[in-house]
Amino acid sequence: MLKNYDVIVVGAGHAGCEAAAAAANMGSSVLLITMNMQVIAQMSCNPAMGGIAKGQIVREIDALGGYSGIVTDKSTVQFRMLNRSKGPAMWSPRSQNDRMLFALTWREMLEQTPNVDFWQDMVNSIAVKNGKITGVTTSMGLHFNCKALVLTNGTFLNGVIHIGQKQFVGGRTGERAATGITESLLKLGFESGRMKTGTPPRLDGRSLNYSKMEKQEGDETPSQFSFLSNTSPIKEKLRNQLNCWITYTNDKVHDLLKTGFDDSPMFAGRIQGLGPRYCPSIEDKINRFADKERHQLFVEPEGWNTIEIYLNGFSTSLPEEVQYKALQAIPGLENAKMFRPGYAIEYDYFPPTQLHTSLETKLIEGLFFAGQINGTTGYEEAACQGLMAGINAHLKTRDRSPLILKRSEAYIGVLIDDLVTKGTDEPYRMFTSRAEFRTLLRQDNADSRLTPLAHELGLASDERLVAVNQKEVIINKIIQFFKETSISPDQINSLLVSRGTDEIKQKTKLISLLLRPQISFCDLCVSFAPLSNYLTNINALENVCEQSEIIMKYEGYILKEQEMVNKMNKLESVRLYENFDYNKISSLSTEARQKLLKIKPTTLGQASRISGVSPSDISILMVYLGR
Amino acid sequence: MIYNVTDTIVALATAPGTSAIAVVRLSGMQAFQIAEQIFKSRNNRSKDFSKFKSHTVHYGTLQANGRVIDEVLVSIFKNPYSYTGQDIVEISCHGSPYIVQQIINTCIKFGARLALAGEFTWRAFMAGKLDLAQAEAVADVIAADSKSNHQIALQQLRGGFSSDIKKLRESLIHFASLIELELDFAEEDVTFASRQQLTQLVSNMHQTIDALAQSFEIGNVMKHGIPVVIAGMPNVGKSTLLNALLNEERAIVSEIAGTTRDTIEEQINIEGLNFRFTDTAGIRQTVDAIEALGVERTYQKLKLSAVVIYMFDPKHVTPVEVLKTLDELKSKLPDVKVILPVLNKTDTIPESELVPFNQIAEISFISAKQKWQIEKLIQLLLNKVQHVKVSLDSTIVVNVRHKEALDNTSQALQKVLHGIETQISGDFLASDIREALYHLGLITGEIATNDLLENIFSRFCIGK
Repeated sequence: MLKNYDVIVVGAGHAGCEAAAAAANMGSSVLLITMNMQVIAQMSCNPAMGGIAKGQIVREIDALGGYSGIVTDKSTVQFRMLNRSKGPAMWSPRSQNDRMLFALTWREMLEQTPNVDFWQDMVNSIAVKNGKITGVTTSMGLHFNCKALVLTNGTFLNGVIHIGQKQFVGGRTGERAATGITESLLKLGFESGRMKTGTPPRLDGRSLNYSKMEKQEGDETPSQFSFLSNTSPIKEKLRNQLNCWITYTNDKVHDLLKTGFDDSPMFAGRIQGLGPRYCPSIEDKINRFADKERHQLFVEPEGWNTIEIYLNGFSTSLPEEVQYKALQAIPGLENAKMFRPGYAIEYDYFPPTQLHTSLETKLIEGLFFAGQINGTTGYEEAACQGLMAGINAHLKTRDRSPLILKRSEAYIGVLIDDLVTKGTDEPYRMFTSRAEFRTLLRQDNADSRLTPLAHELGLASDERLVAVNQKEVIINKIIQFFKETSISPDQINSLLVSRGTDEIKQKTKLISLLLRPQISFCDLCVSFAPLSNYLTNINALENVCEQSEIIMKYEGYILKEQEMVNKMNKLESVRLYENFDYNKISSLSTEARQKLLKIKPTTLGQASRISGVSPSDISILMVYLGR
Repeated sequence: MIYNVTDTIVALATAPGTSAIAVVRLSGMQAFQIAEQIFKSRNNRSKDFSKFKSHTVHYGTLQANGRVIDEVLVSIFKNPYSYTGQDIVEISCHGSPYIVQQIINTCIKFGARLALAGEFTWRAFMAGKLDLAQAEAVADVIAADSKSNHQIALQQLRGGFSSDIKKLRESLIHFASLIELELDFAEEDVTFASRQQLTQLVSNMHQTIDALAQSFEIGNVMKHGIPVVIAGMPNVGKSTLLNALLNEERAIVSEIAGTTRDTIEEQINIEGLNFRFTDTAGIRQTVDAIEALGVERTYQKLKLSAVVIYMFDPKHVTPVEVLKTLDELKSKLPDVKVILPVLNKTDTIPESELVPFNQIAEISFISAKQKWQIEKLIQLLLNKVQHVKVSLDSTIVVNVRHKEALDNTSQALQKVLHGIETQISGDFLASDIREALYHLGLITGEIATNDLLENIFSRFCIGK
């Protein structure tokens, strides 16, 4: 058995799997240690990937050469592009997934990744020498050496599960909690906190009456997450997509749930940790928004070949009897059988302000954190941190400088900058509104933004780079065509009239018609044969046409954001020394001094985003730096 | 030099010259140490300033080389609870330039440095005691040369303007969060604001911002004086009137030679309002090229004025001619709000001949030379500019930087309105709102962060 590795990854959830794959693909020898090999890449909560802002993250992971996009595509049972009616920055891919197939696909992909070794065991302490990581010790008493360690422990660190008055130690239902790591880290000087999250009951699909629910179908022409071609079976229409269903709670449900409030671990104060506000438990929703008569519930299938159902929106930690009774009062669920009740789980996290933007800890060199251990929630948030930690762990072992994505480059950059700069005391989830440049950070251009970077690092394959370059060549050709080709009034006026926009009097360039809000790329394709012929000639695929349309139609907004980026980058380009003694500048407010000393920002831009550092503190720093 | 905030600075805080009392101010880490060495408390208690309570006043003598310079009161402000956020000692001494000089010299001898202009305020800003708008206001308070200027500046210093902007910012964030709700929580079961509601919200903000931006005009007038032009035919007595006005008030603020020989400007403060009077070359129809040029310049001046005092000589005009001239003037100067006809030299003709002129509305009968009815003319003038005084109670923008930021905000909001009208997607509306927030932030220095999400979570039930 090997005892020496470049990189060891502890935990095999979304973060751990991405970290292991990335480091291995870049050339590190990797050991992935997990407590149970049977549950690699579990979707612990809902069987879905993507969604608003999260879908963009998965696209970015894929563009960087991560696996989440491919795995999602291969195991999808339903695909929807959310927010289609809104601007292109908002288009967000979302997929319902076969839970078991998702995990299986991840495991297969990892098994096919050279350089990844596996070990089933629990790590219970980490070894450090002279402030540098040297390895881990497991519950079997084994010691493994490494140059870099990535911790992705999810909800397992001292996890406690709550259902009503009952509480038991565990990392997920039916699984042990991990002990030892928190204590080991505290001894090294880390600060830890508690967070809470929850999950709804799982139901027997055979016991549900779907005729009482609204149907929610997948897209007619489903897309996919990966920029690689044809990763999704439903895309090729090999199978029909599965449906989701919508139903609602009512007064009766609320009243039944309220009978359990006295036993609620949340209301009784047995749960200390803060839960996510945007994913509250049903009891929390009823309690906080008492005037709301009903709450929406999504009935989601767990996979192609299972009858198991996930009841999205009904996360709860009330006693299982109360859960069961309340379920019966929901339309369509009158005879519902429960496979297992919902529960809440409390776990340790480490405030992420203890990290560098590379996700390496400030305290211990070579130690990286990713996922829920950093106070985030969500598969996508975890996966992208895992990917970045894996990349930077590998770079660390080669003494190379880390990959830091800017806020203007990727949602991943926004996420990590928010975490390490502002910290978080509730589970952090990505929203598009967190990104100040979301028109630039679209799902359609993640490959253009990130694949060249990843290719240079040796992570994204040649195939991916070639694909991006080809796509860009074709896009430029299309734009050129729109700028140079004119259309005559008789060819287009009938369309213009039917869309309620002014007729043209003389020959007009295609691009100026496309700029009209009422006219789409597709319209012009249909009405103007030379365009459709040209697109066929240059072999322009649908997604390429779509991106060309976005670039041309929204050029004004894209340029405006680019300008704002340039403005911000002025502050972003001013480097600060991480170990600078801010106490020397007595004119800084006390709070600013303390925060700056704690966060150790690397740029003036980052400093300006720290809460408690005021604009006048930034002026002072600028003056001090001689700007 | 000014950027160094670690040393201790000293300066006279009151106006230079002889006065009853003068205040010398010391600020910095050594302020107490320096004061301890020169101040002798009358009741001989501890000399240790750091043991004195903050915000206390102490009576004693100031000494240098064993000699008493003056009897003084010393006020103590301990950091961070002082204007600059540093230790401050304020020495109130008798207002003799000699004494003041001695005190400052002694402080310097013990380690202080003479403060540069604005340095105390700079330190206050650096210590986070003032936001940008407030810091700018301090300069204005100090430079305020009239009651109204002073009032505006004070209001800004107290944060009146900043709090107006803060309110605006809050409503913008409220609006933005309604938009973000639609975007980030499109899949949730929440009711979204109607486009009509949104339009109403933005229109209201837009109006408020425009009103603020427009107040700049008034603010500008306050700062530089209300422009009043005295015009009329040559030799109608314009200069005499100007002199009469000056004599009446004896409050010349400054004497600025006009940009040309043709106009002379005087600033006068009347009942707390600044006026800038311009005496112009006479206006008459002429064929002389050079004189025509002068007339042209006079019209330029007239166009820029808020009030025109147009003078007539009753010996040379008939009431009909006066009316005709006034009509012509009104059509040529559509932007000038107040035109005051004045009949001068009423001392030179019999009263009966003046009667026909009564048909002219608001005409004043004066004799500039005899200083007859000048006071009445001034009262009329003050009445006519009442609107300026009235608006002093509300916020007035006096700073060019603020005006620019407000204009940009207004433009961004205009785009939002247009966007709602043309039904563009919320993410683009949001982009314009962020731009508006950015410009507002330039005034107070605040940047929108997670306020949007905070607002959403506190008001809507979110969560699948």
